[in-house]
Amino acid sequence: MTEKQPVISIRNVTKRFGNMVAVDNVSIDILEGEFFVLLGPSGCGKTTLLRMIAGFEMPSEGHILIGGQDMAGVSPNQRPVNMVFQSYAVFPHMSVADNVAYGLKISGVAKPEIRTRVDEALELVSLGGLGQRMPDQLSGGQRQRVALARGLVMRPKVLLLDEPLSALDAKLRAQMQFELAELQDNVGITFVTVTHDQDEALSMACRIAVMNKGDVAQLAGPSDLYEHPANRFVADFIGSVNIFEGKLTVDEPEQAVVDCPEVGRVFLNHGVTGAHETTVWVAIRPEKITMLPAGQAKAKDSPDGHNIAHGQIKGLSYLGDVTVYEVRLESGRSIRVSRPNLSRWDQEDFSWDDKVSLQWHPTSPIVLLS
Amino acid sequence: MQDWKQHKATFASIAVSPVLWLVAFFIVPLAVVWLYSFGRNVGLTEIDISGTFSNYGRALEPLYLEIFGKSVAVAALTTLICLIIGFPIALAITFAQPKWRPWMLLAIMLPFWTNLLIRTYALITVLRTEGYVNKSLGWFWEGASSLKVMVGMAPLSTWEPLPLLYNNFAVILGLVYVHLPFMVLPLYAALDRLDRSLIEASLDLGAGHFRTLTQIVAPLAAPGIISGVIITFVPALGAYLTPDLMGGPDSQMIANVIERQFKRANDWPFGAALSFLLMYATFILIALQTLRNRSAERRS
Repeated sequence: MTEKQPVISIRNVTKRFGNMVAVDNVSIDILEGEFFVLLGPSGCGKTTLLRMIAGFEMPSEGHILIGGQDMAGVSPNQRPVNMVFQSYAVFPHMSVADNVAYGLKISGVAKPEIRTRVDEALELVSLGGLGQRMPDQLSGGQRQRVALARGLVMRPKVLLLDEPLSALDAKLRAQMQFELAELQDNVGITFVTVTHDQDEALSMACRIAVMNKGDVAQLAGPSDLYEHPANRFVADFIGSVNIFEGKLTVDEPEQAVVDCPEVGRVFLNHGVTGAHETTVWVAIRPEKITMLPAGQAKAKDSPDGHNIAHGQIKGLSYLGDVTVYEVRLESGRSIRVSRPNLSRWDQEDFSWDDKVSLQWHPTSPIVLLS
Repeated sequence: MQDWKQHKATFASIAVSPVLWLVAFFIVPLAVVWLYSFGRNVGLTEIDISGTFSNYGRALEPLYLEIFGKSVAVAALTTLICLIIGFPIALAITFAQPKWRPWMLLAIMLPFWTNLLIRTYALITVLRTEGYVNKSLGWFWEGASSLKVMVGMAPLSTWEPLPLLYNNFAVILGLVYVHLPFMVLPLYAALDRLDRSLIEASLDLGAGHFRTLTQIVAPLAAPGIISGVIITFVPALGAYLTPDLMGGPDSQMIANVIERQFKRANDWPFGAALSFLLMYATFILIALQTLRNRSAERRS
């Protein structure tokens, strides 16, 4: 693969609304042709950042470069980016084809070319033949495809998508996640998507910037974010996780031990390079914990009494593919454990109030310093 | 919604007072005037309702048709000017910061809550020959004149006050002033409902502000524009006080003619016929608008 150039360069951008800091000194490079996702809870500044790229908001400080050009003072209608709005913003008084042709007409593209490009764009989003429909005759999913086609037909350097799937129902959303990723791959245009939905982000993105309170908490690929979160915020925001506070008592190149009052001693088969006796946090994903009937747990690959906990099942939710158990430990702390329902018949082997033992592999715990 | 047919007693108890009100103060007086329009004077106060159409015949004579036509033209021009001034005002209110919006709306409404007669006389003091506009202009004129003398040039000729009052210009100005809130409020209501992201989408696709205004904002605000036009045009067409107080000898509108029939001419049947012609014209306009709305609703 050739060396990818940043198509958007966000450099030390800060945005203030009055006294409120919406985006706080953010620097991100978005690469040519990638599917980039800004992920975060509402109010984290992700939409403000997107709107600054589109030109609807101006940075209070810092610069945004698109294709190497500083966008300061460039109005939205002059920028080589297009946006798909959360509400889709399909013009209700124009037919589907007129909606898609709107930008091309303004750019002064010749009529025959407009027609072929509009047809192509509609075909691309599987709306071929619906050009003469009015927006109120379309379903939500179709309206969104119109918004997509309307942006793509402009062949922008970057397509910005603001919560593109939030208005769709769960089934359609899952389908559109795949379609969007595939579409992006086909057209090769850089996509920058804003979402608060971690599943959406993980399934579509090449890289994800997790934002918290105006700051980038971590920028990484989907599996890195999940398996190697940089801090408690990311660990907690992406997926489900159990986090315990503890003290680092052993920290050597090949092993480390964190003493957690709530869950016992946690052993890791790698070093964490933290100061001795400092407070750290241990994060363990529910699916990386093995649950066994009481007394049957036997720590493998770790010293005796490490990476084992005992408790009682206090809650159980059956989700079809997995069952999530709430286990109350002897310390009084609850911990989540999930088990895949691999067989159609063994779903009943754990139930409320069963006494159980939990164990995990030394590679499973993640030690977080902040 | 609950069907009134299932709750006849409840519905009747609620409906009885407005129905009585409408019958006593709207339908009965209107019916009396309507009957008068088919009658003729037989004495100073007596009217014989003979079923004649002669009053309507007289109302359609060129003299009155001309005044009718002129009233329509004046009302139409007033409406157009209100639209041209009111649209930017409504846009400004819509896009103002939320904390300013109620105050801007109040500024639009405030004159509306003042007595029409007081407002009209106030406007007269501004516009008359010795009024504030002419005084200020005269002051500037004399200032410029003495400035010219100071630099050694010939002074300007003496100031001739502008004829701002008692003509058609004054009538239109007065009507625009009075009717502007009627235009601004429905426009504001329509623009406020507009999804902002539609405007942003248009800008995002490369359109300038003017194109966005003509191709996106105006078509989507069309229902508001139409209702603004109608509720401005209808009262402007029946305007009485403004042309009476601010107009010249050739500025009388149909309402002034009607008033004269009921008062000085003491020809109630003819006045009634003129009134009803005006009302029919208004009704047709409103009916057309309703039909248009209905068909628009059916389409969506």
